[in-house]
Amino acid sequence: MRQLSEDYGAERAVSDGSAAGAERAPERGVVSIRGVSKVYDNGFQALRRVDLEIRRGEIFALLGPNGAGKTTLIGIVCGIVNASEGQVLAAGHDVVRDYRAARAKIGLVPQELTTEAFETVWATVSYSRGLFGKPPNPAYIEQVLKSLSLWEKRNNRMMSLSGGMKRRVLIAKALSHEPEILFLDEPTAGVDVELRRDMWRLVRSLRETGVTVILTTHYIEEAEEMADRIGVINRGKIILVEDKNVLMRKLGEKRLILHLQEPLERIPPELGGYRLSLASGGVELIYTYDAQAERTGITSLLHDLNAAGVRFNDLRTQQSSLEEIFVNLVREEA
Amino acid sequence: MNFYSVRAIYGYEMSRMWRTLLQSVVSPVISTSLYFVVFGSAIGSRITEVDGVSYGAFIVPGLIMLMLLTQSVSNASFGIYFPRFSGTIYEVLSAPVSYFEVVLGYVGAAASKSIILGLIILGTASLFVPLEIQHPLWMLLFLVLTALTFSLLGFIIGIWADGFEKLQLVPLLVITPLTFLGGTFYSIDMLPPFWQKITLLNPVLYLISGFRWSFYGIADVSVAVSLATILVFLGICLALVAWIFKTGYRLKA
Ligand SMILES: Nc1ncnc2c1ncn2[C@@H]1O[C@H](COP(=O)(O)OP(=O)(O)O)[C@@H](O)[C@H]1O
Ligand SMILES: [Mg+2]
Repeated sequence: MRQLSEDYGAERAVSDGSAAGAERAPERGVVSIRGVSKVYDNGFQALRRVDLEIRRGEIFALLGPNGAGKTTLIGIVCGIVNASEGQVLAAGHDVVRDYRAARAKIGLVPQELTTEAFETVWATVSYSRGLFGKPPNPAYIEQVLKSLSLWEKRNNRMMSLSGGMKRRVLIAKALSHEPEILFLDEPTAGVDVELRRDMWRLVRSLRETGVTVILTTHYIEEAEEMADRIGVINRGKIILVEDKNVLMRKLGEKRLILHLQEPLERIPPELGGYRLSLASGGVELIYTYDAQAERTGITSLLHDLNAAGVRFNDLRTQQSSLEEIFVNLVREEA
Repeated sequence: MNFYSVRAIYGYEMSRMWRTLLQSVVSPVISTSLYFVVFGSAIGSRITEVDGVSYGAFIVPGLIMLMLLTQSVSNASFGIYFPRFSGTIYEVLSAPVSYFEVVLGYVGAAASKSIILGLIILGTASLFVPLEIQHPLWMLLFLVLTALTFSLLGFIIGIWADGFEKLQLVPLLVITPLTFLGGTFYSIDMLPPFWQKITLLNPVLYLISGFRWSFYGIADVSVAVSLATILVFLGICLALVAWIFKTGYRLKA
């Protein structure tokens, strides 16, 4: 999997957090984050004025490298971390002032596998439902356990379960009180392929029942596979929020860079039909194309270059990195 | 008030007691019995009576208090420290429960356990020595108030502690010595005047004295002072817990 481990230099690219402004809906989303910052006690600023609107019923992926602030942001929404400034509404309720109403609607699957070793699966999931203030409903718990292939394990103690099974139990706990909003913090980190497939299936079926799902990941593929929309966070800033399809199209772009024998002052008009640009004082001609498309247009471009008398002595291709996409995005919106 | 939430926390904590029955019930009973054998028989053969009560019977209220204090503190501190340590506290923090409900669940369970234990030890003691309880309602009141107060103290310690050492430090270095020096095994009349004055600074003395009074009608200090002491303690602990939750101290980043 491609991993967003590199730092995309978003700081440089984005002068203020409103880069994602085009996405801001006039009415507030099912989760509405406004101007949220977090400075930890040791002085580290983990979030910088984050604005984010999650639409009801969507699957939203928060994509960012380790340390970007994803878990911190989720923690603030769920009441585990105190925000230093800003406001969060969940299902229309302020998560601080009206925490009871807000939290009753939220389910959280944490990043870490934290479980009580000696409890049985059934007991720990039933406990979660009670803790969230709901009367017992064994039929519903049974349904949740079955949907997660946990029913056979219901009388097993947590410590006897594998990591993947524990992850399932954490999901069952988060679903036990029938939340409208589900947070999955790195749900597939360290999880086998089978569970990953199960998880993706589950998330889609949850969406069909109207649950809004927000998941964090540092795998681009995961965001691509599951999400309707993707938000990218880096160094505590949301640097873009985009429809998955639009973002993936941009991610799929590659560039062919031709080193010319003679510098060009401008692109010859015969080549106007291609997405071309000049760089390095005209010695580099750059052709941008969709690497995933059936026809890249490279063959015909080379033919037309020849016909136009443009000669080159070297060529290479370059995948557009996330960084470049962000830089371009910001430029376009500025 | 969120009834299901409190019941969930309380029930979860109590279920730990059944799961670890041996550790949580049997071992305090055995150690208390040992105290009876050692102190009651060995010393009791030399000190026959204190204030007209046989020595074996005299030490029963103190022993119950000793157990009540240490068990309340260790149960409650462990009950909240463990989820912090393992990370499962995230669920409580993200649940739609008020701080009061969280405390009610955790502290209520820890106090219930110590009260049950206290009564078991009382029963055990009655096998060794003849007991009389002159003021049973007062006895229960002291039992419940002490269990509650020290469970609250344990809860605070469990939140303050950032390692297992600290978790054991307070019971070991504070509670046990104060109880031993607070007249569990003697009446302060038996001490020289200087040490009597020092002992009067020990708050646990007032608890034991009041508790013993509810059994035999004899006390080192007046019952009103004993009751006031425990209520002041309770107030301090409640204020501390309120502050902890208001600021999220050691619970929230
Ligand atoms: N309790 C804390 N105290 C100080 N710094 C913290 C704390 N928790 C997280 N951080 C820091 O905040 C940054 C963001 O962390 P986190 O939200 O966990 O990132 P992510 O989930 O995107 O990997 C990291 O640099 C991390 O080291
Ligand atoms: Mg994280």
